[in-house]
Amino acid sequence: MDNVCSLADKAQKIRRHIIRMIGDAGVGHPGGCLSGVEIVTALYFVVMRVRPEEPKWPDRDRFILSKGHASALLYGVLAERGYFTVDELATFRRPWSKLAGHPDMNKVPGVDMTTGSLGQGLSVANGIAIAAKYDGRDSRVYILLGDGEVQEGQVWEAAMSAAHYRLDNVTAFIDRNGLQIDGPTEKVMGVEPLADKWRCFGWHVIEIDGHDYRQILDAVDEARKVEGKPTMVIARTLKGKGVCFMEGKVEWHGKAPAGDLYEQAKRELGCE
Amino acid sequence: MVVSTRDAYGDVLVELGGRNEDIFVLDADLAESTRTFKFGEKYPRRYYNMGIAEQDMIGTAAGLALSGKIPFVSTFAVFAAMRGAEQVRTSICYPRLNVKIVTTHSGLSVGTAGATHFCEEDLAIMRAIPNMTVIAPSDAVQTRLAVAAAAAYDGPVYMRLGRGDSPVIYKELDYEIGKAVTVCEGDDVTIVATGVMVLRAMKAAEKLRADKIGARVIDMHTLKPLDKDAIVRAVAETRGIITLEEHNVIGGLGAAVAETVAEEGAKVKVRRLGIPDVFGDTAAAELLWDKYGMSVANICAVAKELIKR
Repeated sequence: MDNVCSLADKAQKIRRHIIRMIGDAGVGHPGGCLSGVEIVTALYFVVMRVRPEEPKWPDRDRFILSKGHASALLYGVLAERGYFTVDELATFRRPWSKLAGHPDMNKVPGVDMTTGSLGQGLSVANGIAIAAKYDGRDSRVYILLGDGEVQEGQVWEAAMSAAHYRLDNVTAFIDRNGLQIDGPTEKVMGVEPLADKWRCFGWHVIEIDGHDYRQILDAVDEARKVEGKPTMVIARTLKGKGVCFMEGKVEWHGKAPAGDLYEQAKRELGCE
Repeated sequence: MVVSTRDAYGDVLVELGGRNEDIFVLDADLAESTRTFKFGEKYPRRYYNMGIAEQDMIGTAAGLALSGKIPFVSTFAVFAAMRGAEQVRTSICYPRLNVKIVTTHSGLSVGTAGATHFCEEDLAIMRAIPNMTVIAPSDAVQTRLAVAAAAAYDGPVYMRLGRGDSPVIYKELDYEIGKAVTVCEGDDVTIVATGVMVLRAMKAAEKLRADKIGARVIDMHTLKPLDKDAIVRAVAETRGIITLEEHNVIGGLGAAVAETVAEEGAKVKVRRLGIPDVFGDTAAAELLWDKYGMSVANICAVAKELIKR
């Protein structure tokens, strides 16, 4: 397999979509979209068994974007994967658009769960995983959580139940970019030691560089082999990755680039 | 015959579970109290105790529904409808998932447990959430039919049940979600009641009849969608409306009926009987109902006052 080169190309395209959607709309969350690009791209282009022409195919693998504010990332990936046209991305956050600031499963083909209020995704992933096991389907559930999101108590309720019910068909990623709206996670409300916490809760934990495709794909393979435990992949990432003035800057959590900065971002990403 | 609505719930779940393999049941460490343990004994592979974690339980049910299952989620009303309110709204009602939330120990029914365990807010909260259907059955017979109807209905349902044993009102019943049942006919005054209060409304109607006052009693088992036709008829055919519910008078049945009457522009008085916007005191439910104006005597007094005007 040499997916890695083509994945890098896809990722660059998706970064362009993200910046265009958010820049043109004048609103959105670029920082946490750009940090999660490699993870979600790898899932939809290599890992997950899906049929874009049949989005509700019952035997598909599922993906839940628990950090729903990164909707532009999901929309960019889904459009590139063929769920809807790339042209539609221009409607992002426009009046009456399907593509709202947080994804709605009943409006957007390919969105497996409506999300936006933080902390709710993992419980839903567990429910899907329980149903898959009951039905004897080998489909798997993937989920992306924010690192600030794990401050929500419901995440730990769900962490407990996934381990208790031995949901080894759940593979979760934490986009560990270290920043949330009000500042560094460790300053706002420390979440470390993150890996130890998940291990204590009974999860198999893998720590990777979340921008490295090999490590992402290896982590997914490792998770597939784990029996009796859900897997948490803690992916160290860089908020705003790919746009130099956004990288590692908390102010780009939920702000659209405008004017010269928007032009610069597009240039850096090679937008035509 | 006296049967608690929660016992009826536990039994009908077992029956439905035998007919429909898609039915799953989740509880939050109150399986004995909600009676869902019966389902768990019979169908362990479709039964999940989620521990003391209501938010996770509701989210897990959403996930099951996404895979075509029909999850029934149960705990005390206060914990599902309030602690899990935002999960119900965002993870179930917004995507319009096929989850049934059936709660017990609603209103003041836990009596001496005190106000932390009462739930006088659930009907108001659930009524305000788009896509939600809100049901409060009045006896065990209706509970069985309502649970079966909820299972057959495609979409989110919130149902509140009581705790204690309650006399059976109906021998048989044609049950339809959203269609009120007129349990007593009368042309002077209308008592619209829901849940455990329907029986008190019937007792009040009986007393009023002895005084030659004809009280119509409407069992408004579905608060949303509300049976507006039944209200409009009551407005046209009787001289006043009393609402009766084991819920805060703000936001529940009384509010729903008053909204309808006002929108019809009707010149008929509405008196709301329920919990008068206070946290409940500590006593057996029946004593609390009396204390807060829901005694049969007070219902009759309010009816007479309404007719006088």
